[in-house]
Amino acid sequence: MSAPHPLLPIFADWFAGRGWQPRAHQQALWQAARDGRHALLIAPTGGGKTLAGFMPSLESLVAKGSNGKLHTLYISPLKALAVDIQRNLMQPVEELGLAIRIEARSGDTPANRKTRQKQNPPDMLLTTPEQLALMLSWPEAADYFAALDTVIIDELHALAPNKRGDLLALGLARLHSLAPQAKRIGLSATVADKQALRRFLAPQGTFVNNGANNGANHSEKNGEDKTGDNHAALIEGAPGEAAKVAVLDTQERLPWGSHTARHAMADVLAAIATAETALVFVNTRSQAEMVFRELWALNDGGLEIALHHGSLAPERRRKVEAAMAAGQLRAVVCTSTLDLGIDWGAVDLVIHVGAPKGASRLAQRIGRANHRFDEASSALLVPSNRFEVLECIAARDSVAAGEQDGAVRRTGGLDVLAQHIFGTACHAPFDPHALYAEVVSAEPYRHLARNDFDRVVEFVATGGYALQSYDRYARLRQTEDGRYRLSHPRLATRYRMNVGTIVEVPMLKVRLARARKAGAQKQKPLMGGRVLGEMEEYFLTTLSPGDTFVFAGETLRLETVRDTEALVSRAYKTDAKVPTYQGGKFPISTHLADRVRRILQQPKSWRHLPPQVADWLRMQGEVSHLPGGEALLVESFARAARYYMCCYPFEGRLAHQTLGMLLTRRLERFGARPMGFVANDYGLAVWGLRDIGLMVEQQQFGLDTLFAEDMLGDDLEAWLDESSLMKRSFRDCAQIGGLIEKNFPGHEKSGRQVTFSADLIYDVLRSHEPDHILLQAARADAATGLLDIARLGDMLRRLAGRTNLQRLSHISPLAVPLLMEMGKEPIRGDADDELLGEAANRHDDLVREAMQGL
Amino acid sequence: MQQVDVTINGARLIADISGALYWPAAELLMVADLHFEKGSAYAARGVALPPYDTAETLNRLQAVLARLRPKRLVSLGDSFHDMSWQDRMTAADWQRLRDMAGGLEMHWVTGNHDPQPPRDLPGAAHEEWALSYDGDLVLRHEPLVRQHVAFGAGEIAGHLHPCGKIRQRGRNLRRRCFVHDEQRLILPAFGALTGNLNVRDAAFADLFADRNYEAVLLGTARLAPVAGKRLLPDRAG
Repeated sequence: MSAPHPLLPIFADWFAGRGWQPRAHQQALWQAARDGRHALLIAPTGGGKTLAGFMPSLESLVAKGSNGKLHTLYISPLKALAVDIQRNLMQPVEELGLAIRIEARSGDTPANRKTRQKQNPPDMLLTTPEQLALMLSWPEAADYFAALDTVIIDELHALAPNKRGDLLALGLARLHSLAPQAKRIGLSATVADKQALRRFLAPQGTFVNNGANNGANHSEKNGEDKTGDNHAALIEGAPGEAAKVAVLDTQERLPWGSHTARHAMADVLAAIATAETALVFVNTRSQAEMVFRELWALNDGGLEIALHHGSLAPERRRKVEAAMAAGQLRAVVCTSTLDLGIDWGAVDLVIHVGAPKGASRLAQRIGRANHRFDEASSALLVPSNRFEVLECIAARDSVAAGEQDGAVRRTGGLDVLAQHIFGTACHAPFDPHALYAEVVSAEPYRHLARNDFDRVVEFVATGGYALQSYDRYARLRQTEDGRYRLSHPRLATRYRMNVGTIVEVPMLKVRLARARKAGAQKQKPLMGGRVLGEMEEYFLTTLSPGDTFVFAGETLRLETVRDTEALVSRAYKTDAKVPTYQGGKFPISTHLADRVRRILQQPKSWRHLPPQVADWLRMQGEVSHLPGGEALLVESFARAARYYMCCYPFEGRLAHQTLGMLLTRRLERFGARPMGFVANDYGLAVWGLRDIGLMVEQQQFGLDTLFAEDMLGDDLEAWLDESSLMKRSFRDCAQIGGLIEKNFPGHEKSGRQVTFSADLIYDVLRSHEPDHILLQAARADAATGLLDIARLGDMLRRLAGRTNLQRLSHISPLAVPLLMEMGKEPIRGDADDELLGEAANRHDDLVREAMQGL
Repeated sequence: MQQVDVTINGARLIADISGALYWPAAELLMVADLHFEKGSAYAARGVALPPYDTAETLNRLQAVLARLRPKRLVSLGDSFHDMSWQDRMTAADWQRLRDMAGGLEMHWVTGNHDPQPPRDLPGAAHEEWALSYDGDLVLRHEPLVRQHVAFGAGEIAGHLHPCGKIRQRGRNLRRRCFVHDEQRLILPAFGALTGNLNVRDAAFADLFADRNYEAVLLGTARLAPVAGKRLLPDRAG
């Protein structure tokens, strides 16, 4: 490393002119960049990260001048970040009168501007991982990126751990081949696993692109040399002042099982009134709507409170953001949409309604308050029920201790790889050996076996079926020199229409319509008005015209659904349905769950709890036992002609749902006649027609058998393959992997067209080729995502069949919140035939009536 | 409940869990919309659907034939996804199909995907086929709208790939179905890769007045007859 040297005078003066002093971490980053090293900068928000990241490029462009080629590529997860970058970056550029062209490119960029950017590249291009993938598929990509000097990746912590991160990692590996000189600068919020991000940023293995290496050499080298990790240089900013986090202690009665926090709204409003500007975070969009409404119902002082979530129309969100930036708002009720991005200096309080579910997420949200980072952030946690009090306290203590949730090492998705391979072929014919070497230089794919790679290539080429009847329809063909080329250029168009890893749930636009006054009462034609936002189609299918629901802070009446739009009118009723959006429900993190278990096991610490909660736990201890010890607490009791079995593993909702599915299967086999189950973040209740506790006592089966880890074997396989979750995962993989396409040029899907569905493909594939690469990808996804099997497995292993059965005469205090979920959550279970049986109404009078009318 | 009795224009029929319809008096098994070689038809256009749909459809067909042992089998049109299926079908599937069609009295009704009956396969071809046993029925591919001059009581058809959607205990279930009133019945698509059309779609409104029909939904191991009025559209509104 060379000795640090100062900024170019023009920048040094600019800093000085604003009374700023470059911070140590900024200087360290600049030095690393001058040395041409890949570097990761971790600093709390407000630490001047973005400007720090761009400065080396600005200096280099000022020093050397623009050469008409792309110099710097900036990649962020959010299109909207460009707005923020505009402020952070364009301001100095304009003030200094620098001749540097900076442009943004997203899916929304007009086609003519995209064309211009392609023909006449800016010096700096601000874009997203998906656009990078698309640009890499251009035949001209090699020339376009040849002179690239720097790649800046913002919010790396948010990108790396998911499929977008896989796509980005593969894109970076590609860039490394096209522009080996380009250095990478990663910007990230504080994370637990810094090493993972450092590895993500650095090319792995012995991969060196010098073009001359032919394939066979490459793969052998990589095979030998997989032990050493490569890491980007790590630069850390000083942590900001420790946040002041409080948990709301309400005078109101704390609900047992509600998720609304309605009881605390007066307190929340009072807290908003004391702050200059507050962000009110909630976990789901339905909570956001609810909290927004409740606050306004109490808001006699007329505080300016706005709403911001992912379903609102982009213009509405931009308006709220602008009003926020202009200091016109006192509070914004928001979801994870405001987790990232835009810096608002004026925010001095973060309120979190509902438990934060993870320590890292909480820390990042708290970081949104006071971006003047030498001042302490302050935050207020508002638990919505008794369990959440424990979780909030655990989260507060965790933030105070500076702890983060552990990260799980991600293995790159094979569906994403398939997309990348197709995109690579759209750019130019590729040599499979060289591409394999390139792919395993990307951290998520480091341990990808050559055989799996070859199978993915085969999948892209012909569908990868063992029955090789599709060779003549291949999308990729092997040339004599062993390279793969696209069989038809139109395939590239199709690729570019479908690039990306975000599989969108079907959404309908919600458009405000006025009924035209004239005309007969019955057949009023509706005039389309403003678009309020978008809503999941499946929620709208649960409504009938005339039903009212809350959306965008208003009560609306559904008038009709037309094509892809729901036409609504304003309603003034108060008993509206609140949409049960699925978005935004995270399970509690392992780390927080550990802390909650610890609180439960230390009655001495309860004196710090609100008295209502401490009493509740004390009661639990008297009536039953406290969960969280060495053995899994299992309770059984009867209630209203049903028998219940409750257990408390604290492994999060997803893992519990999976456990519930498997337990009911097993109980069925043991003759316990289970009927259904319900799960939350803390535990699981199964109910049925026989007394499970009694059956265990009579030794009809043992609890250790019931909870034995081997349920993850055959039972899981059997259930998984029929599970609707598995089908959902397969659907996503099939779309990302390019088996089925959202967009097909010239073939817009009409509503009437009868086509195939991913579910049918799944069924056929499962019975004829269960080892197909896409099924493998879907299983891997389901295991880590929707089903959280990994976490369930860890728990079952940890407990190793140790259970503590408590047969109770009635329901225990801890079981109350669980059973309260029963009305709210749909009953889980895959007993579709049972439900069909219930629905069958051959002997219904209704049918008789209907059939007699003929 | 793996079979449900249905009477159409006096003919007593049995709707089977497999999606096939049996007419005991005629000793005739009816299936619709097999769409053989649909997977390869897509593959030829660059969408590599699994090449196993023909084998899978044959498996299902053989299973129901073995179970019900009909004397005659009729495929009600769209038996083949397109007219060049023969170039793509594997030799093994071809042999199975031949053996099956040769092992009983086979009838092919032509459809819009296969306007010509299959060459080189055993069986009689029909554009439509009128039969008279305990009731009079006309078997055709595409059902006639109610207003059509030729439409009379007693029609059995396919073409539309009906499915019905219900909501039960907070869950949506969308299943292939038979849909019928007392004059006609539409079979579900039998083919393994065939998509479905919700019976609440406008296409069905021309066939049945005021949703006065019954849908017999196909579960995994049971059938569920449900009144038309209870069925949901794919979208509200």
